Amino acid sequence: MHELSIAMSMIDMAAEEAARRGGVQVHALHLKLGQLSGVVKEALLFSYEVACQGTLLEGSSLIIEEVPVVVYCQACETETALASLQTFCCGSCGALTSEVVRGKELEVVALEITE
Amino acid sequence: MSTQPRLVEVRQNVLKQNDLLARDLRRRFRAAGVRVVSLVSSPGSGKTALLETMLTRLRPQCRVAALVGDLATENDAARLARSGAPVKQVTTGTICHLDAQMVESALAEWKLEELDMMFIENVGNLVCPSSYDLGEDLRLVLLSVTEGEDKPLKYPTIFNTADVALITKMDLAGAVEFDAQAAHDNIQRVRPGMRVFEVSSKTGEGMEEWLRFLTMNSATPQR
Repeated sequence: MHELSIAMSMIDMAAEEAARRGGVQVHALHLKLGQLSGVVKEALLFSYEVACQGTLLEGSSLIIEEVPVVVYCQACETETALASLQTFCCGSCGALTSEVVRGKELEVVALEITE
Repeated sequence: MSTQPRLVEVRQNVLKQNDLLARDLRRRFRAAGVRVVSLVSSPGSGKTALLETMLTRLRPQCRVAALVGDLATENDAARLARSGAPVKQVTTGTICHLDAQMVESALAEWKLEELDMMFIENVGNLVCPSSYDLGEDLRLVLLSVTEGEDKPLKYPTIFNTADVALITKMDLAGAVEFDAQAAHDNIQRVRPGMRVFEVSSKTGEGMEEWLRFLTMNSATPQR
């Protein structure tokens, strides 16, 4: 359960950004979360709510965009999204591939603010 | 003054601080000529026994040391210290993984130039450690024969983020009717091309081949 410390980092990050913009109010935080980030969406949502209490971000919402794992196949020279994390294979030819192009993201992409 | 919320772009990696520190550690390790290998597995897969064997067997030819993460006790460090190699315990309290900051603090008293190889034993956990770069050159994931052949499918992220897999406790394979082929197939499904070694810390089975790989690849960090 490392989601709580990750939620706290995100809140710190957003609070700093809000201060840098002259004390704006943050209503929502948009996060890109890769399926291979090692972070569980539900646990993060729960942790975020708990960690926000008593901070400038209390009452704000966390909006998560899940990023599927995309692999590159050398044979087909194409990128395809994995159908399942249990098999790292090309979506068109089925060959196994370990070249992960996307899916490790854990990135705050935007904030919803009011001045 | 607008009251309608507006969207502002931020684009910040949440683990940026850890990643920057890990990059800095990796640079320091390379400059000092020390190869760093981390170990991850579920609790009880034999990380400490493996480490004990590796430290003892490598010590004549190689200056080795180990950092050992544990939630509460210092038992592992005491056990490993018997090998004669420098060992340091990192007690994480309730934290389920090591991060780059903990590694950096633990290293403060060590002279890296005096080491050839350093092991970092993570807290026994197949989930949380996968997100944290520790600055290691090689991440080793352990799977013991008593755990079941489908562990890689249940925890694909940790297997996918590791560089080498070790199947441990091979001396018990017969007793638990371990299906080696299924284990190998499952590892290849979640991390195609991964090197896999079968070892027993108890009997020494497979250890020579594994240690040869480990020391021969010293010059070519994979990350």
